[in-house]
Amino acid sequence: MKKKFEYIYDFFIGKRIWLTTALLSFVQLAYSQQTPNPSTENWMLSPGIIGTIVLIAIVLIIAIFILTTRLSSYIDIVKRKKIATEKLAFAEELIQLEDSEIDQILLQRKAALNFKLSGEELGGHIVAKDGKGMIIKVTHDPENPLVDEKKNTSLSVETPLPLKKIILWYIGASVFWLAFGTLIGQYVGMKFVWPEMDSFSWLSFGRLRPVHTNTVFWGWASLAMIGLGYFVISRTSNTKIYNYTWAWYAWWLINLSVVIGNIFLMSGINNGGGEYREYIWPVALLFAGGLIFTLMNFYQTVATRKVSEIYISNWYILGGLVWTIVLATIGYLPQFQDGLGETVIQGYYMHQGVGMWFMTFTLGLIYYYLPSSLNKPIYSYSLGVLAFWTQMFFYTLIGTHHFVFSPLPWWLQTVSIVFSAGMFIPVIAGTTNFLLTMKGSWSDISKSYVLPFFLVGVVFYFVGSTQGSLQAFRFTNFVWHFTDFNVAHSHMTMYGIITFVLWACIYAIVPKITGKNPRQVFVGVHFWLAFVGLFAYMISMMAGGTLRGLSWIEGEPFMESVILMQPYWVWRAIGGSLMFLSHLVFAYNFYVMARNIKPQSSQVKRIFQNSNI
Amino acid sequence: MLDFHKNHRLLVLTAFTVFLVLSIIIAVIPAYQLQETEPLPNMEALSDQELRGLQVYTAENCVACHTQQVRNIEMDNTWGDRPSMASDYYYSKMRQDVWRQSPSILGSERTGPDLTNVGKRQPGEEWHLLHLYNPRIVVKESIMPSYPWLFEEVSEKDIRKNDLVVPVPSKFLKDKDKKIIASEKAKDLIAYLQSLKQASLTANMKADEFIPASKKKEVTKSDEESNLVDGAQLYMKTCAACHQADGQGLSGAFPPLAGSSIVNDSNPETLIKIILQGYDARAEYGVMAGFAEMLTDEEVAAIANHERSSWGNSAPTVTKDEVKKIRDYIKMLNQ
Repeated sequence: MKKKFEYIYDFFIGKRIWLTTALLSFVQLAYSQQTPNPSTENWMLSPGIIGTIVLIAIVLIIAIFILTTRLSSYIDIVKRKKIATEKLAFAEELIQLEDSEIDQILLQRKAALNFKLSGEELGGHIVAKDGKGMIIKVTHDPENPLVDEKKNTSLSVETPLPLKKIILWYIGASVFWLAFGTLIGQYVGMKFVWPEMDSFSWLSFGRLRPVHTNTVFWGWASLAMIGLGYFVISRTSNTKIYNYTWAWYAWWLINLSVVIGNIFLMSGINNGGGEYREYIWPVALLFAGGLIFTLMNFYQTVATRKVSEIYISNWYILGGLVWTIVLATIGYLPQFQDGLGETVIQGYYMHQGVGMWFMTFTLGLIYYYLPSSLNKPIYSYSLGVLAFWTQMFFYTLIGTHHFVFSPLPWWLQTVSIVFSAGMFIPVIAGTTNFLLTMKGSWSDISKSYVLPFFLVGVVFYFVGSTQGSLQAFRFTNFVWHFTDFNVAHSHMTMYGIITFVLWACIYAIVPKITGKNPRQVFVGVHFWLAFVGLFAYMISMMAGGTLRGLSWIEGEPFMESVILMQPYWVWRAIGGSLMFLSHLVFAYNFYVMARNIKPQSSQVKRIFQNSNI
Repeated sequence: MLDFHKNHRLLVLTAFTVFLVLSIIIAVIPAYQLQETEPLPNMEALSDQELRGLQVYTAENCVACHTQQVRNIEMDNTWGDRPSMASDYYYSKMRQDVWRQSPSILGSERTGPDLTNVGKRQPGEEWHLLHLYNPRIVVKESIMPSYPWLFEEVSEKDIRKNDLVVPVPSKFLKDKDKKIIASEKAKDLIAYLQSLKQASLTANMKADEFIPASKKKEVTKSDEESNLVDGAQLYMKTCAACHQADGQGLSGAFPPLAGSSIVNDSNPETLIKIILQGYDARAEYGVMAGFAEMLTDEEVAAIANHERSSWGNSAPTVTKDEVKKIRDYIKMLNQ
């Protein structure tokens, strides 16, 4: 223990003096926030609002950047075609030449053609051969009329069949839950526009809303993360998974918890309506069991690793699992959850559920899949370590920012606001690390179908997290709390960050282990539908949410704020539909990548045997 | 030494311990402390029926759209007379049973109105019944779901003596020959909603003050307070849920105000009395509760004037002194 504290001392005060200064400035910031008396006159000029607008502008600019590069490559193609027609015109010109002129040109040409090299200048008589398998594809007709041709992933990763099956079944189940969960989300989104769509109790808004959130949380993101994690853990430890059977137990437990939990929710049995812990404890226990099996398996695999160092991804993945098991235990233990005790735990639980589970685990996945897709190492290992410990320290303390101005103790609210600002440290450390890893490889982005997903995920990691910190400030909370702005924020993060990164990882790894690539045009359709849909969703909810908050501050009758939201709800439904459509395309792409893995795998074996690897 | 990158046991153990300690400090201990809050002396425990209603409230996940917290900022003044405090939740936030924990009634979204004080704001049973059966019967623009499964559709002859018949207008009925009666669950839920009232504080207790939205607004308020009461807006907030924005009421439930002889009476006494005391004189309509506690004299006057000058009504203006006189008279009678 003593050693540990020495280390922490060393870490925070010895080596990282700037960290302390940064902390102090946040405390100061909190003091300046101490007496909230915000003027709504100049709400447009408040730092939180300006910050948010700037952040969204960043994403828009990047989208425009991607679009321009795409356009310019298209223009290139058009130019090349133009050159070809010019050549044709030139040929016609030749035909019309006089005989004598032609003779002269031909004589010159003949002399030029007769010039000969000795033939020994470069390679001598060696026959051309690709002995190391460097050439992936030979094509004589590389011109695609619309976009750059993407590189196909080469068949390069030898994965044991049981691991391959585990990864594909985890991801497969997650793809199903994504489609199912967002179908529900799409349906409840439409209920804002048509409240009378149906009148079945099982399909009512109140009961379906948690079905949507829990399905995409525990069904989609969690299963996809764990499946992708299995590959990372085994690969970076250079060993095989400790126990394949445990992986299947966890698969069954988690899927079972989502199925049973959703049936309970729809039949009106829930834990009390606290967000993300709507499943009653026996169901949550199934999920926790899945996590415990996964943790044991990952931990033992790392423990039996064949390299001396633990790769940074595994820090995040193991940390995420440990923290989430603690979190679920505290979230469901009954001893301190009566009265407002429950509310404190609710703030802690819902925030950490996102931060310690989805965000932490996903960051771990980025640390492996991003550098491996770029075929280069991560920019800085130490930044990753700094982000890991600060993530644990700051994220844990900020749950109460969901209850600013509530009857919870004022000190608890202030701590949460101060450390929300502290979240800038891990977020900036992570974003910098990822962007600097990508630096120098920008041209790869337009040639890869994996990297655009990463780019969006990383940019949203910065934008979504920073915007969340700004939203915790008391003024911004004043305007936005309780409005649809929260819904925009959660989609910006759970969708913009987590989901986009998971897609990137899935597109990166599945072709590698199955040897089958998706149709590139469908990956493009998936990307753009999801991206445009998310934007329509976010912008409408942010604009509507802000207007709604201002209407409340003005003291207008409540119904006015419902009526003013109606067009924004329509736009949200449109954005949501695009997102849902993109998931169907994604499901098809996954099917193309993953069908019939068995014969494929024996083929892999054959290839490896033939090439004596 | 501190070789986290090589020692997996140390790494996982440190991550576990630090997180656990932080969690205990930031969540478990504050939660423990808050759990020891006592109820306010004026608060009543929820009756069995109200508790069952709370369970319906939780099962239908009403907390997804309705908050129950009055924050200490000025805009929340609409939802309660004082900011909520920990004691307010003493009876409603107990563990439900062995399977289900204390309901998260504070909520995180205000898609619909806050319900802290809905028992005071919307006391009538008929209104709640209609509103639950189909919210658009009483609030045209509402996007709240209907809850038909909390009601039964029966033919007229099957209605028993104790059944609570809901006066649903025929255009909202699927089968025009049937009648709608409330189930036990609907009655429980409504009992719970009617019980939602902020308890008053005792003399030696002081509530937090609301933080005003802007200083400027505060100044104007104290300066010209007397002229600023907007009768139309107050009517929309207080009365329109039943009597409707167009003053037409709802046949079978709430009487029309447009063309009403009481509203148009040049002597405003009866009108003011009804606003202050409530009304239950006509069998074909629901019971109206009094608003004496919720509205000041000038607010009552402003509402009365709005009613007497809208929807084709025309009657002389009421002053706040007239309201005060009637209020004092009622008080005297009650003593």
